[in-house]
Amino acid sequence: MEKLRYERPVIKKLNTGFLSKFGTRTEYVPVTHIDDNAVEDLVKEFGSPLFVLSESRIRENFQRANRAFKTRYPRVQFAWSYKTNYLNAICNVFHSEGSWAEVVSGFEYNKALHNGVPGDKIIFNGPDKTDEDLISAIKNNSLIHIDHLDELYRLIELSEEVKKKPRVSIRINMDTGVYPMWDRFGFNYENGQAWDALMKIVTSQKMELTGLHSHIGTFMLTKDAYGIAAMKLATLALKIKKELKKNIMYIDLGGGFASTNTLHGSYYQGKDISPSFDDYAEAISTQILKSGISPEELPLLILETGRALIDDAGYLIGSVLANKRLSDGRRATIMDFGVNILFTSFWYAHKISPAQDFSHYTEDTVLYGPLCMNIDVIRESCTLPPLKKGDQVVVHTVGAYNMTQWMQFIAMRPNVVLIDTKGKSHLIREKESLEYLMQKEKMPEHLKGFKL
Amino acid sequence: MNNKLLTFIFILLPPMPTLKIKTDIAISDTGFVFIPSTGDSFSVNPMGAELINLIKQGKQVDDIKKKILSSYTIDPATFEKDYYDFVRQLKQYNLLTEK
Repeated sequence: MEKLRYERPVIKKLNTGFLSKFGTRTEYVPVTHIDDNAVEDLVKEFGSPLFVLSESRIRENFQRANRAFKTRYPRVQFAWSYKTNYLNAICNVFHSEGSWAEVVSGFEYNKALHNGVPGDKIIFNGPDKTDEDLISAIKNNSLIHIDHLDELYRLIELSEEVKKKPRVSIRINMDTGVYPMWDRFGFNYENGQAWDALMKIVTSQKMELTGLHSHIGTFMLTKDAYGIAAMKLATLALKIKKELKKNIMYIDLGGGFASTNTLHGSYYQGKDISPSFDDYAEAISTQILKSGISPEELPLLILETGRALIDDAGYLIGSVLANKRLSDGRRATIMDFGVNILFTSFWYAHKISPAQDFSHYTEDTVLYGPLCMNIDVIRESCTLPPLKKGDQVVVHTVGAYNMTQWMQFIAMRPNVVLIDTKGKSHLIREKESLEYLMQKEKMPEHLKGFKL
Repeated sequence: MNNKLLTFIFILLPPMPTLKIKTDIAISDTGFVFIPSTGDSFSVNPMGAELINLIKQGKQVDDIKKKILSSYTIDPATFEKDYYDFVRQLKQYNLLTEK
């Protein structure tokens, strides 16, 4: 006689209370395949945990965003935000779609050059640019976005040394009606700092003012704030034209578009409240088009969108290490991945699906990572079917920031796989090894060897 | 963990007390558990319902284990972990007493 499929016994207390208008949750619908690749096969070949990125989804996202803007505004350019995910293969997917590079450090700048991005198609943001970085950017005709006055004055000095005019823009912070206002980066619009900086650039005659840049925040759930930013930058462009007799080549609205993730503490699911690319595009384009800039002088609109283009193209496959019962009766499951590689679990309630078929019985579960550290909590409460040791789960929407902010803490960082548009899997970052981690360590002579 | 090792561990353990499901508890075929005296209700999955029924019939842990292992694709160690966890839950919910 064939044996029946076993499922761990589950008992759940039924509580009466207010009805939820959202109905039951459906996280327990299994995700057995990612882009036609069986999760089971991916784990067999590349191990667990494993990051998987979908090239098809990245390209779909990019094309959807590009279409949303280009159908509303005549001149649009995307620049891939390296800090969001700077694995070379991922950057090249974006570059092959036509994206420039947007970098925030010398390391990222050199990575973009290494990937073959022409210097004049690299936007250099951020408060930390060394002299070496700035000289390289000046020589390569890169677009340098000045963050503070110290950088502005240093650029004037360097331009004399290099005997070349840097192509510059300033980052402008402003009140767009959202709280908290990001004023730590760039020059303030309302109090006149930005205008003073622009005046200094133009009157110094050592730099070429090319554009205006703002980046109003991150995971912005309101499109209207972008409309306000676009309107203020367009107004400033008109003032520069009128008073300084300069045409602004581009307006860069930065990034910060929300993905479909759900922030901790949010009442609604992210996918229900995040604005679409069309929403953002409508808000931004409308304001620039109606600003009064003549049609033939409309500046190039640059967007440095990162998260919204790649978050839902990334998955993290993990396995159950153990189950336990907490003192208050809650079920706890320990996974083989934690906050070390899923850094975004600090601020997102990531959707997590089992990777194998289950019945419809579920249990509220605390999901812990494997680190010997109390803060290693992936989900405080997650409705999942009874998982047993060795079962796999798929964490959704992890493509942004995890592969750049991951920590090497007590464990190695895992393999990263890209599934191409034909469904073929490619290893794009090999898992780390002890040798790799120790290669930069040095042992003083007197500490070599010991007796116990 | 192999069966011989498990048997060895069992010999070392003190004898398990007899478990008894409280008499006033009603279980439906669909896994709905109701305690009339307190008004508490629970839902159990089919495996949970089967275990409650076996305990209710007065079966001891060895008999229950034998029956489940012969009917389901599960190894003894995993079932044992799940069984004791489930029993602890039943006790916590006040559905079970020990004699």
